[in-house]
Amino acid sequence: MRSHLDLRDLGGEVLAGIAVRPARTVLTVLGTVLGIGALVTTLGVATTAGNQIAGRFDAVTATEVTVDIPEPITPGSPPVVAWGSLDDLIRLNGVEAAAAYVTTVAGQEPNVRANAVRDPERVLDRVLPVVGATADLPAAVRASVAGGRFFDAGHIERRDRVAVLGAQAAEQLGLTRVDNQPAVFIDDKPFTVVGILGPVGQPDQQALAGSVIVPWTAGADAVKLGPARTVVVATALGAASLIAQQAPVALSPNDPAAVRVNAPPDPAVRTGVADDISGLLLILGLVSLVVGGLGIANVTLVTVMERTAEIGLRRALGARRRHIAAQFLLESAVIGLLGGIIGASGGVIAVVLVSVGRDWTPVLSLWPVLAAPAAGAFVGLVAGLYPALRSARMQPVEALRGPG
Amino acid sequence: MSDIIALTGVGRTFPSDPPVPALAHVDLLVRAGDYLSVVGPSGSGKSTLLNILGLLDLPDTGTYELEGVETTRLGDSGRTAIRGARIGFVFQSFHLLPHRDVTENVMLGDLYTGGARSTRRDRAVAALERVGMGHRTGFRPTHLSGGERQRVAIARALLGEPALLLCDEPTGNLDSTNTAAILELFDDLRRGGTTLVVITHDDAVSRRAERQVRIADGRLSER
Repeated sequence: MRSHLDLRDLGGEVLAGIAVRPARTVLTVLGTVLGIGALVTTLGVATTAGNQIAGRFDAVTATEVTVDIPEPITPGSPPVVAWGSLDDLIRLNGVEAAAAYVTTVAGQEPNVRANAVRDPERVLDRVLPVVGATADLPAAVRASVAGGRFFDAGHIERRDRVAVLGAQAAEQLGLTRVDNQPAVFIDDKPFTVVGILGPVGQPDQQALAGSVIVPWTAGADAVKLGPARTVVVATALGAASLIAQQAPVALSPNDPAAVRVNAPPDPAVRTGVADDISGLLLILGLVSLVVGGLGIANVTLVTVMERTAEIGLRRALGARRRHIAAQFLLESAVIGLLGGIIGASGGVIAVVLVSVGRDWTPVLSLWPVLAAPAAGAFVGLVAGLYPALRSARMQPVEALRGPG
Repeated sequence: MSDIIALTGVGRTFPSDPPVPALAHVDLLVRAGDYLSVVGPSGSGKSTLLNILGLLDLPDTGTYELEGVETTRLGDSGRTAIRGARIGFVFQSFHLLPHRDVTENVMLGDLYTGGARSTRRDRAVAALERVGMGHRTGFRPTHLSGGERQRVAIARALLGEPALLLCDEPTGNLDSTNTAAILELFDDLRRGGTTLVVITHDDAVSRRAERQVRIADGRLSER
């Protein structure tokens, strides 16, 4: 013969035990609510703020890698980075677009003259930098083509005298449209304008807006532009630091150290800042959780003492020690679970309110919200261990004489 | 009739300086259907005898067979199982849970002994009707008189259909009217075949039983 207790009956007894003193239950739950709430809020606000910071970084710089290439030491020696080595760079995983270019030396810019075919009277002379570039330049610097088109690999191969004007350069030359095939004369050599560049996205490539961009082959022919001096890479989000490591080898396999790479700051450094901010709050949340657990332990112990006679009665009715222990253990676990659920809900609301107040997008990973009730139940379970042990140890004879 | 209780040479001494013998060489035989009273002044060993009979305490010497099972060699869980299933307790202070209604209190009666869950409420109501409390099922114990509370406690004890109803000063907290009503109920139960052991200090209560045992200084003497 053995005593046993149906789990549903145990659940009923546990809930009835908790419902007996609603005010006390509310006060007992409060500690866990504050602890779990603080933890969820801290984690939520940290991820939200971190996402805010990271978002700003990413949009501006995290997808751009630029490589500066030095001039060859002697005019006759082979270039540090050959134009063709760009193909090796493009093959790297994470590269969305890459382009190389060379600009005329500052102070030695050629004369650029625009001659609109329909109005030969109107001639404008300017001194403008000329850029010899590869065909992917717009994609690499995140620029659009406002009018016409950009030159392509065919133009480069055929050494075609075509030109694309930066937006400011076009304005200075008085050109607003390209459908009438205007020409510009660079050092009196005619180039057909095939397109006008729109705004340039990469912040440190704004100089292109004031330049005349030509195929690097035609640039070498017409104004003696040398080998590529700058490589611009647009990367996928998060790939910039990796590409920054690999680009020198791809571009200059013989001497990777010869080129200088400008890469965005390491993402780990940025999240490190966010972690520092939330670390203290996290400790605060853990402390309040421990305090909440102690509160549950305390109240459960008081409850056990108050219900000594009930424990005696249950033992007389056939309850085994483990049945008594399970009842009190579960009561404190349920109180912890309640605290976890309420705390997690409060935490989510707090994160949303903070985000609304700061005009942020609330970002909350799922796991703290799902783990919070479990954490609360665990705290309650641990808190109930000692009181449950005390209740199970009571001798029925003494317990029946006790209070309650 | 078969023996429900067979105590043989039971002794119980509480450790103190000097040791206090509460029971010494107690022999007692209770048959099924008996209505036995144990009467004695306080300090006579009544409570010790009740605790041993109820498997709440173990004797130091002797044996205790309950329905033919030698219980002194059983472990705590074995005694707990027999206690829950075969013994119904009626206490002086009723031991009802104040926050549960009358029916829920009675339903506790076979919570731990495997009584069918689906019929438990119906059986509790039936037990309440048996003790004349069918009209109070939804009441809280605090809204009942002492006599009514003791009836509820008796209904709880009867729910698991125990072999033995063990009553510890069942009228100790009741006035004479309620006492008379509870004694009437005991007579009814006796006629229905329930085995009753009533422990009391009140001679008037004791005289209602068919068998009366007097206890003094830890020794029994049957009248």
